Amino acid sequence: MQREPTPFARIAADFAESRLALAGLALLTLILLVAVFAPLISPQNPYDLAQLDVLDSRLPPGSKSGTGLTFWLGSDGQGRDILSGIFYGLRISLGVGAASTLCALIIGLTMGLCAAYFGGRTDSLIMRLVDIQLSFPSILIALILLAILGQGVGKTTFALIAVQWAYYARTVRGTALIERGKEYIEAAACLALPPARIVLRHLLPNCLPPLMVIATVQVAAAITLEATLSYLGIGVPITEPSLGLLIKNGFDYMLSGQYWISFFPGVALVLTIVSINLVADQLRDVLNPRLQK
Amino acid sequence: MTAFIIRRLLQSLLVLGVMSLLVFVGVYAIGNPVDILINPQADQADIARAIAALGLDKPLWQQYLIFLKHALAGDLGKSFVYNVPALQLILERMPATLELALAATGMAVLLGIPLGLWAGLAPDSWPGKLIMTGSILGFSLPTFWVGVMLIMLFAVQLGWLPSGGRGPTTDLLGIPVSFLSWDGIRHLILPAANLALFELSLLIRMTRAGTREALLQDYVKFARAKGLSNARVIGVHVLKNILIPIVTVIGLEFGSVIAFAIVTESIFAWPGMGKLIIDSINVLDRPVIVAYLLIVVSLVILINLAVDIAYSLLDPRVRIGAATA
Repeated sequence: MQREPTPFARIAADFAESRLALAGLALLTLILLVAVFAPLISPQNPYDLAQLDVLDSRLPPGSKSGTGLTFWLGSDGQGRDILSGIFYGLRISLGVGAASTLCALIIGLTMGLCAAYFGGRTDSLIMRLVDIQLSFPSILIALILLAILGQGVGKTTFALIAVQWAYYARTVRGTALIERGKEYIEAAACLALPPARIVLRHLLPNCLPPLMVIATVQVAAAITLEATLSYLGIGVPITEPSLGLLIKNGFDYMLSGQYWISFFPGVALVLTIVSINLVADQLRDVLNPRLQK
Repeated sequence: MTAFIIRRLLQSLLVLGVMSLLVFVGVYAIGNPVDILINPQADQADIARAIAALGLDKPLWQQYLIFLKHALAGDLGKSFVYNVPALQLILERMPATLELALAATGMAVLLGIPLGLWAGLAPDSWPGKLIMTGSILGFSLPTFWVGVMLIMLFAVQLGWLPSGGRGPTTDLLGIPVSFLSWDGIRHLILPAANLALFELSLLIRMTRAGTREALLQDYVKFARAKGLSNARVIGVHVLKNILIPIVTVIGLEFGSVIAFAIVTESIFAWPGMGKLIIDSINVLDRPVIVAYLLIVVSLVILINLAVDIAYSLLDPRVRIGAATA
């Protein structure tokens, strides 16, 4: 007799059906590893001024520096290795994207569950707030907050959380309202379980699948928005450059034909976003019960 | 109907009030405006006098009410940098932004709806798949990166189009516009295309999904059974029915397009109010920051209100839903 596969094994098997999604996952894993081990694998520490030489500035890809180091992707205006800059920039971009998504997820989850469980005034108050916020373009909300708060990694993360939480709150509330009407919740209530247990152990796990899909898409959206804000010069500071800021730094040189300073960080950003979106797309199909065979 | 409009209007005013409070308290109360406004070499008595003259010694709620009173009279303070009224500065830049936003919306509509129809009518053909792949890329690629790439390809490598700026403008009814001269159009193409990208992708997807759904409906089958020509079935029966949600989204997206013009204007050095706000944030020109945020927030609220009212006129279900909710 064959055992029923665990939900995780089933999801993994379904996920592996798409080669494109697997390729996306492989690329994403590689990018994550590069970001985590950036200090170990970078040819140069781009923020250690002692390792930089102004004579090495703006060298095209493949040239050698005075110390024998090869700039595979060229060097920037301060003689920094672009490849090392990208490795370190990935850390900031992915870190800000992931941290803001996680915080927004927790806040949105709490608010959404509260709205669905308590109903009435709490529900209409929270949902009205969500409606109002979502009626404004995300970049405008982020701009207002950053105009008030100023530059900084923490401040940018905060702005991204404020932009994102409403999506989760709305989704969680919708899912939770549907799940609340189902029989297993009624059964749990008949067993006289405490409300906290019903919400956390019964309601919450069943609201997670749609939330995971949105969270994956939102990580990509958060990274994009962070890059955009940093490109505009109102996101992360120059001392902790993300990919967006690296692209901005090379923009003026690009107009005079020195394309590599902007181009390669841009490629890294796009690969990151596309790989996350590929994974998210397949995850959506796998976790959608309506498409289940 | 009137009750719906009045309720919606009050709601909009409330949101505007809350946003103005947030912007005012945020921009004026966080950080110390004294440091920026007053000469650091001034002595204690001078500083106290200046604080009193600027009204900074009053409690915050009084400062807000004074600010609100001036704002309602159209006075949002003078720019620290240009030394002209902030409102005037924004209004001078607004035509450039509006022209860019309208050009982008026009491009998105003129390309998006036909391409979406094509992809919806032939979803399995290679052009259909190509259009969809393009729209997925348009959604997921960062707009600013696409803008940088457009400049690199068309301005730097090929040299076909200018890399930035607005070029010469022609006066139309006293408003300077670009689209009346060939050189102006050349300057407009790349920024407008860049700004249009997101909405274009959105419209392609919406039109495609709507078309595929409409093709399965009985009224389309009946129209075909009557022997109507393909062009008439698609142009009249399909298109007319999918157009309501599309028109709504075009309306709602206009606020987004104006907000995202900040990015496009910064890349292409387009002299609109989006570029102005980024420059002002960098030099902490608070009156201009506040004026821009209040004007754009009001614009977005106004657009949402107009779309809501138009929608409730077109579709009675919205009114009933709103009344019972």
